[in-house]
Amino acid sequence: MPDGHGAIAHHPALAHQFDDLGQQKEAATLGMWAFLITEILFFGGMFLLYSVYRSMYPAAFAAASHEMIVWAGTLNTCVLITSSLTMALAVHAAQTDNRRLLVLFLVATMALGTVFLGVKAFEYYTEFSEHHLPGPGFHFGEEAYAKQAQIFFSLYFMMTGLHALHMIIGLGVMTVMLWMSLRGRITPEYYTPIEVSGLYWHFVDIVWIFLFPLLYLIGRHLHG
Amino acid sequence: MASTVLTPPHHYLNDGYGVKSWLLTRDHKRIALLYLASVTLFFFIGGAFAVLMRLELATPVGDLVTDDTYNKLFTMHGVMMVFFFLIPAIPAVLGNFLVPIMIGAKDLAFPKLNLASWYIYVVGGLFTLYALVAGGVDTGWTFYAPFSTVSSTTQVIPTAVGIFITGFSSILTGLNFIVTIHRMRAPGMTWFRMPLFLWSTYATSLINVLGTPVIAITVLLVGAERLFHFGFFDPRVGGDPVLFQHLFWFYSHPAVYIMVLPAMGVISELVAAGCRKPVFGYPFVAFASLAIAVLGFLVWGHHMFVAGESVYSALIFSILSFLVAIPSAVKVFNWTATMYRGSVSWQTPMLYAYGFIGLFTIGGLTGLFVAALGVDVHVTDTYFVVAHFHYIMVGGTIMGYLGGLHYWWPKISGRLYNESLAKLSAGVIFIGFNLTFFPQFVLGYLGMPRRYHAYPPEFQVLNVLSSAGASILGVGYLLPMVYLMWSLRYGRLASSNPWGAVGLEWTTTSPPPTENFAETPTVTWEAYDYQSSPAEGQVA
Repeated sequence: MPDGHGAIAHHPALAHQFDDLGQQKEAATLGMWAFLITEILFFGGMFLLYSVYRSMYPAAFAAASHEMIVWAGTLNTCVLITSSLTMALAVHAAQTDNRRLLVLFLVATMALGTVFLGVKAFEYYTEFSEHHLPGPGFHFGEEAYAKQAQIFFSLYFMMTGLHALHMIIGLGVMTVMLWMSLRGRITPEYYTPIEVSGLYWHFVDIVWIFLFPLLYLIGRHLHG
Repeated sequence: MASTVLTPPHHYLNDGYGVKSWLLTRDHKRIALLYLASVTLFFFIGGAFAVLMRLELATPVGDLVTDDTYNKLFTMHGVMMVFFFLIPAIPAVLGNFLVPIMIGAKDLAFPKLNLASWYIYVVGGLFTLYALVAGGVDTGWTFYAPFSTVSSTTQVIPTAVGIFITGFSSILTGLNFIVTIHRMRAPGMTWFRMPLFLWSTYATSLINVLGTPVIAITVLLVGAERLFHFGFFDPRVGGDPVLFQHLFWFYSHPAVYIMVLPAMGVISELVAAGCRKPVFGYPFVAFASLAIAVLGFLVWGHHMFVAGESVYSALIFSILSFLVAIPSAVKVFNWTATMYRGSVSWQTPMLYAYGFIGLFTIGGLTGLFVAALGVDVHVTDTYFVVAHFHYIMVGGTIMGYLGGLHYWWPKISGRLYNESLAKLSAGVIFIGFNLTFFPQFVLGYLGMPRRYHAYPPEFQVLNVLSSAGASILGVGYLLPMVYLMWSLRYGRLASSNPWGAVGLEWTTTSPPPTENFAETPTVTWEAYDYQSSPAEGQVA
């Protein structure tokens, strides 16, 4: 195994513990998948809480869900799905050795990610000013649901907050990818970093695909 | 012994000397030693709390510490021992050192990530030490809501942050091992030629990757609830505190297997080398590790039999808990069968293996007592439970850890320790351990509750026995610390294979070179092949 791969075996990106780039890529990909499984269980704890409380307090959750800014959530869903597309195109550009497109798509992905965070910040601002942050200052229009709506908003802030944190980490990762691409470190023989960061980006996107209906859509029609 | 190669000119310990060569190393063997130093520190801090508790319990009245202080003592003891010693000890020290060598690789798949794991561990440890210095925590290591989220006025948040951060160290180490075992095996090293230590390390890593994120989010929720008055577990807004227990035990029960599975892997190695025979029923022992990992995720509800769980849930969790006994017993029977007609050794590592098998059996069987619904109602939150899990965690994990440390010490350090002292301390630990914890079974059965600093006078005799045992146990733990350190400088030089054992780690020099092997080995023999192994000839 150590010999026989000629030029590829001595690629500058090959780490000392690996025999060849193929093994290195397989290891990195498996490592990222294992990490994403960890992430699923991390978010899973909150999805469990959500399921339990939604089934305990369906009416209060519908009422609280009604307070969400649906157009903002919808816009963000579109923005994030588009960013997954540009991410996939960035991986394709790396595979086909098109550095100009690679940089372009990475920048587009980061720009869309930033738009998402901007819209999210606007939503948070609105919810703060409507006193929907749980705690002593919490205020909810319908008295009957005032207590249980706090659980909804606790979950809302925790789930979207951790999701936003993942987006921010994703933007940091993309900054590194952009830097590597500009420095010419990404080649068709070695584009593992782009591919693996892409997996992470898609994962964060998928989490939102679940958050959006759970927090914004389900049960809206039950209420006013 | 055929192996006469003593310390080679170049090995991982003399490959650079400065502080930087250690703190920035990417060598899995040096990182293992960084972990060895840090988990030992936390072991002795956690042990100091145990000493104070046993001193307080020597008399029935609360005379040494107040009740509040006592609450902090058992909390800090649990937090330090569970999160900062028992969980990382065997994987991060012995696993880090051995996983790449045992599969014939140069290093783990992600050496930088491995170093990062150690730093993450240290940062998490510093938060927890800060919590300790700033006044301690009194919630118990279980952090039950709503006490932890609303009532407690102690340092819950720094401790929670420490546990949250340290969790990522476990996750990343587990991830590193999984990828390494999948992708880095030397030519010819098939899954079923791997030493059983790797199977149990693999199973442990699966639990780390699947379970640890759940405790991470759980302590994060507790922290958020304290900081921002969120209402996840707060009954005042309709939250359910029992939900916290579900989340907590979904990780913390499997965590028991994170602690004991690696020790079982060590015991398989010790028994094979100590009996000079392949482990009886290799595939059964290998799959038993995976079975324990899987079943371990399905039994968390047995911690809530008295917490208002429905009868049907309790029944199912009880049955599933009984099932864990099957793969555990498979291991015990197979180790025993390995010894049958083996040329059984009485050297130090094997003494720990004997100790492990006996103590783990007692710990496991008393686990069945508490898995039975009726008995559990009687002994819940008594010293019976305390004794039961200490038989697993101390009698199991620490015996395995010390046995492994002695077995691989010549490989790690290139030196031999004093065998007589080592045998003596193994005996002292065994006696001290049983004297400490066996009386606690009786105390618990008689009804002494755990987590109290005072007790009725009729319990004093058994408590004094337990405290006396603890002081013997303490001596037993200090001894290896002394003679192992001593051996680093004055011990006789070790050959490549001082035990005449098989396995790739014994085919390289003691200590191994930085890249582990002069050239990548090709494996053509089965695991524990004591009949036709090339190990003896190769190292000569």
